[in-house]
Amino acid sequence: MATTTGDPRTRVWWGIAGLLVVLYALVPVLWILSLSFKTTDTITDGNFIPRSWTLDNYAQIFSLDIFTSALVNSIGIAIISTVLAVVIGTMAAYAIARLDFPGKKVLVGVSLLIAMFPQISLVSPLFDIERAVGLFDTWPGLILPYITFALPLAIYTLSAFFREIPWELEKAAKMDGATPMQAFRSIIVPLAAPGVFTTAILVFIFCWNDFLFAISLTSTSRSQTATVAIANFTGASQFAEPTGSIAAAAVLLTIPIIIFVLLFQRRIVAGLTSGAVKG
Amino acid sequence: MADIVLDHITKRYPDGTIAADDINVEIADGEFIILVGPSGCGKSTALNMIAGLEDISEGELRIGGERMNERAPKDRDIAMVFQSYALYPHMTVRENMGFPLKMAKVDKAEINRKVEEAATILDLTQHLDRRPANMSGGQRQRVAMGRAIVRSPKAFLMDEPLSNLDAKLRVQMRTMVSKLQQRLQTTTVYVTHDQTEAMTLGDRIVVMRGGIVQQVGSPQTLYDTPANLFVAGFIGSPAMNFLPAKLEGGTFRTPLGDLALTDELRRTLEDADVQREVIVGIRPEHFEDAALVEEHQRGRGSVFTAQVEVLESMGSDKFAYFSIEGEQAMSDDLADLAADAGTADVPGGDTGTLVTRLSATSGVREGERTEVWVDTAKIRVFDPSSGKNLTSGTGAATAGETVRA
Repeated sequence: MATTTGDPRTRVWWGIAGLLVVLYALVPVLWILSLSFKTTDTITDGNFIPRSWTLDNYAQIFSLDIFTSALVNSIGIAIISTVLAVVIGTMAAYAIARLDFPGKKVLVGVSLLIAMFPQISLVSPLFDIERAVGLFDTWPGLILPYITFALPLAIYTLSAFFREIPWELEKAAKMDGATPMQAFRSIIVPLAAPGVFTTAILVFIFCWNDFLFAISLTSTSRSQTATVAIANFTGASQFAEPTGSIAAAAVLLTIPIIIFVLLFQRRIVAGLTSGAVKG
Repeated sequence: MADIVLDHITKRYPDGTIAADDINVEIADGEFIILVGPSGCGKSTALNMIAGLEDISEGELRIGGERMNERAPKDRDIAMVFQSYALYPHMTVRENMGFPLKMAKVDKAEINRKVEEAATILDLTQHLDRRPANMSGGQRQRVAMGRAIVRSPKAFLMDEPLSNLDAKLRVQMRTMVSKLQQRLQTTTVYVTHDQTEAMTLGDRIVVMRGGIVQQVGSPQTLYDTPANLFVAGFIGSPAMNFLPAKLEGGTFRTPLGDLALTDELRRTLEDADVQREVIVGIRPEHFEDAALVEEHQRGRGSVFTAQVEVLESMGSDKFAYFSIEGEQAMSDDLADLAADAGTADVPGGDTGTLVTRLSATSGVREGERTEVWVDTAKIRVFDPSSGKNLTSGTGAATAGETVRA
């Protein structure tokens, strides 16, 4: 922004505004972080900075089998759902952006409808269906609804990216001897990579953070995800609140997402297509 | 290398529009042929049909004697240069140029050798590891050329490859394209809307309008004996002057005054059984300052007097503009040309202007009345309703050229 560099007063205002937004977003996260390092006696003292530091909470959650297996479930289910949703979404979005086929508008409309549908209203039918077909409390039982609800998002984001890619690049690839599949793989997909990674991050976060489907469609550690495991934490005794463990687990849960975003952020380079056409 | 035959090719869209109507052109092996015409004339459609990017509705396309209609672009062994260059932005110049070879499963060492070779020809050697985004328009254009020549295809197709360059670079690249084609001797089909490019580059030119081929011929043939008003007005810069004329005995009654017919012209017109109302076309260089015309030459033409409205001195020549009183030459062909040039929208565009190219030594001045000599032997006469050239038999030979009105 050119205006922020010039006038020092506007710069100060921008700085304050930015700081406020960051504080607003970060305080709860820091609070959780602080809780996760507090000992059981000091957890309710209301201090922002822990008076006595401990790693017990972290040690404790890993001593529970339920959390480690839930973590594995979460990672597995989220990655598989993301990969499938992105692959299917890429192909669907490409077709929507490039081809003119009967029923295209209906398809786009239906996928939008799915995205708008309140998920809670689908939980009980899904529960019954999955029980009937034997998908209840399995990985596919969660992966399937995740893909369904992630696809509209994936298709929308990706078709916007595909529309940006000049048509002529594909024609050029055809003239250069590529089959449609080769043209798609070696020209279109690399160029749509920023879109693909953006979509992947969004889908991954959606799957990773989901609680509603995870708690409704699972019952054992076979497929329970981390979000559900946290909710099922129990304290050391019947009367102890597992606050410390929940905080530690919540901190741990955000780490994969941060890694995921940092990893792919570098691939989300704007203007990757510049230089393709014109001067 | 191969010849390309467009055998009565038609492109009809599902909604009934005809983009190309019965195109019938034979392109010889190694020939540089230009498809030229205003936008929407079907030249790009024709090129895309040769490329295989658009289906052919009727007729047959043969490259090197083989029917191509049903073949995918990749199986036609032809390369194309796009107006937008269509370089792959995520690849370096080397990868861009090597892409067709990679698709053809050529081994790596061979790809490298061929890319280096093409880069040397196009003076791109020091840019091989750069990406298109960091290159200038001219460099990108050369990379696009390189990608086309690297696998030695049967033919090159070029879709307005120079139209995104600025004027000066365009002239340089034009020469480069011409040299490249001479060196490689590969059949080339080149689409442009710029008549100067068409005239300077092509062995032969195909002039198109509204999906129909107007005339096929060498640049000089098109210039000297245009088949109709459209070709006459499209080829040549500044454009040919058109005047309405009445044929009376041995003279044309025109807004410029009476122009005497030469014997040759009179004979041709008698043979053609012409009506009295015609359109005469005179190229700017067939005028001269009467003061500079020697006596014995004067008899060959007519002289009229008019006021110089604008004078542009180009150094080598002087362009003098006169306004013409009275009615204008009217024809569908001319209306199309005006629409293409955008002159239909220019204020004052309906009062006729006559463009003349006079010698640099001429002493004419703006605002003065001047005597101007017309070389009547060079006059072309057109039928106002059909636009056909009634004098196409005169002047240069038309043998061997396909002419369709």
